[in-house]
Amino acid sequence: MSGFDLTGLTASFGGERVIGPLSLSIREGDRVALVGRSGAGKSTLISLIHQQVKGQSSLVPQNLGLVNALPVFHNVYMGRLDEHATWYNTLTLIRPFAKDTRDVKALLAELAMPEKIWIPAASLSGGQRQRIAVARALYRNSDLLLADEPISALDGPMAHLVMKLLKERFRTSVIALHDVELALAYCTRIVGIQDGQIALDEPSDKLTPADIMPLY
Amino acid sequence: MLSSPTVRTSLIFTAIAVVSLVFADIAVTSANPWKDLGRFFLGIITPDFFSTEGLATALLRTVAFAFVGVALGSVGGFLLALAYRAYPVRIFCAFIRAIHELFWALIFLQFFGFHPLTGVLAIAIPYAGIFAKVYSEILEEADPEPGRLLPPGTGVISAFLFARIPDCWVQMRTYTAYRLECGLRSSAILGFVGLPTLGFYLESAFSQGHYSDAGAMLILFYVLIATLPLWVKPKLLPVYILGAPFFLGEGMPIVWGNVTRFFTQDIVPSPLKNEEGWAGMGSWLGELFVDQALPGIWNTVILTQIALVATGIIALLAFPLISTHFGGPARRTGGHVFLVILRSTPEYILAYILLQLWGPSMLPAVVALALHNGGIIGHLIGRQSSSIALRPDAPSGLDRYTYELVPRIYRSFLAFLFYRWEIIMRETAILGILGIYTLGFYVDSAIQNIQFDKAMVLILITASLNIGVDILGRFIRRKLALQTMPTC
Repeated sequence: MSGFDLTGLTASFGGERVIGPLSLSIREGDRVALVGRSGAGKSTLISLIHQQVKGQSSLVPQNLGLVNALPVFHNVYMGRLDEHATWYNTLTLIRPFAKDTRDVKALLAELAMPEKIWIPAASLSGGQRQRIAVARALYRNSDLLLADEPISALDGPMAHLVMKLLKERFRTSVIALHDVELALAYCTRIVGIQDGQIALDEPSDKLTPADIMPLY
Repeated sequence: MLSSPTVRTSLIFTAIAVVSLVFADIAVTSANPWKDLGRFFLGIITPDFFSTEGLATALLRTVAFAFVGVALGSVGGFLLALAYRAYPVRIFCAFIRAIHELFWALIFLQFFGFHPLTGVLAIAIPYAGIFAKVYSEILEEADPEPGRLLPPGTGVISAFLFARIPDCWVQMRTYTAYRLECGLRSSAILGFVGLPTLGFYLESAFSQGHYSDAGAMLILFYVLIATLPLWVKPKLLPVYILGAPFFLGEGMPIVWGNVTRFFTQDIVPSPLKNEEGWAGMGSWLGELFVDQALPGIWNTVILTQIALVATGIIALLAFPLISTHFGGPARRTGGHVFLVILRSTPEYILAYILLQLWGPSMLPAVVALALHNGGIIGHLIGRQSSSIALRPDAPSGLDRYTYELVPRIYRSFLAFLFYRWEIIMRETAILGILGIYTLGFYVDSAIQNIQFDKAMVLILITASLNIGVDILGRFIRRKLALQTMPTC
């Protein structure tokens, strides 16, 4: 995917406009961090982009969207349901194929949780669940990442690990982050959202944390 | 108090029941009711497990019919649930579940005869309608987010299997297992119309005055239901389902000529068959309506309203028996056993027994309906009351009952009661087969007189009445903002 332009984006809830009208142009290779106070419209913007690209993206939503009754393996495997025939997916539900198991396990190893592969998502902690959603997005393997606070439940080293992985695996990304330091460290461009409007849009190497703070 | 909508609704329904009592035929007509009752209880405490060889077979057949019927019903219901958004499917399901298992059995008996298919379909068809409704509600409530996250191009079946079924699975399994218990009860009463299940042997034991045999059958039936969680294990389920069809018995072979005759002649209204045209049809329908349908509807409605309020009274009286806020563990265990017996005994069997003892009137029907349904609701709200944490200095005794517990459980009590309104009406209609003048009586008489055309119209009227009460019950529950889960 070679970047995209979004113009005239708006969203309303209960008759009240929460975002826009705003325009945003994302070029291929951009790693955008969306920053701003909670309630500023970051999540809404992410789901708007998801709709605009017609689902052709790896998405990590804030509420993760895991199937609680399924083991970690199947939650991750769901990122590629479109690549296989129905019979293959059905068999996988009963008994996964060795190749897929290997791939998913390798991915989980990178996220430091390979031993959890057969545990149902429901019995994992908040941080672990967040990493499953990240693993599913990585497994999906699309060019564009859309992530809404993907590291909010992770501790310091784990947050860096995940951000590093996301940086390596996706050429283009839009990530809502509340951690300004991490946004500056892992993203190439900072877009600040305030009251549903773009209040800041600069390359990250021109900014310091102090420039972003007024948004909060 | 009077300003509370729940209290007002309760008072209105109580008033309707009191007025109905004036019109109802409530009496003990047998010469020696208490002596008969005493002999019956003596039979229960001196059960004879070995007198009839048929007992073991009857239990086996009861279980087999329940398994095959519920299994077919759940598969059919699941498929219907997938299309439940379509309005015609909803209507179809509402319709097939509004017709009682015994009515289905009476219909199938006319053309399949005493073939096992009659019993299996009599359970499977109404259950499919119920499963379709409950399954679709469960599927509807599942979190839609995982489905939205799937890559575009994912197949419909893959998406359904991965994103929808897993989170619904446990709930669907629990409900299906619960329904199996209901299926055992349905299967047992099918014996009353001649299928080889428990009801058949119970009826013959009673008519010959063999109370100890009847007692043995009832006790074994309670044991069967109470131990259900012990012998129905997920791992054994495939064995039971594949094995059950082989234990339905031979029955009688199907005469296909009867099947054709039933659909092409028997159920065609007689004016049309005799070419009397639509004018004849009008007077035929009018006569049927005035002579049979109206008295049937009248009796069904007043009996239902009395039974509904009696059910509520029994439930409110019974729930403290199992509530942790009253009495010690010994009394609670006794209460549990008592309520298990009440809710495991199908109202049809209870009404049959009481009718034998007290003679024909509406009284046995009201008591049977109230005991069975009151036992179910009492169990549910009793369990709920146990989860209420009272303050340490809460009053005790009657004050605790009236001030602390009843106000807190009253809304869910009403929710369950209005949920069961339609079920009580369905059962009331069917109790007519025992000789009480509700709709079932007129259906049964029409069948006895080989007037299947009339019987079919009356069954359709009964179904519409049930659907009407179901809609009214749901309207009241919505109006009072009451929520409940399905019971059977």
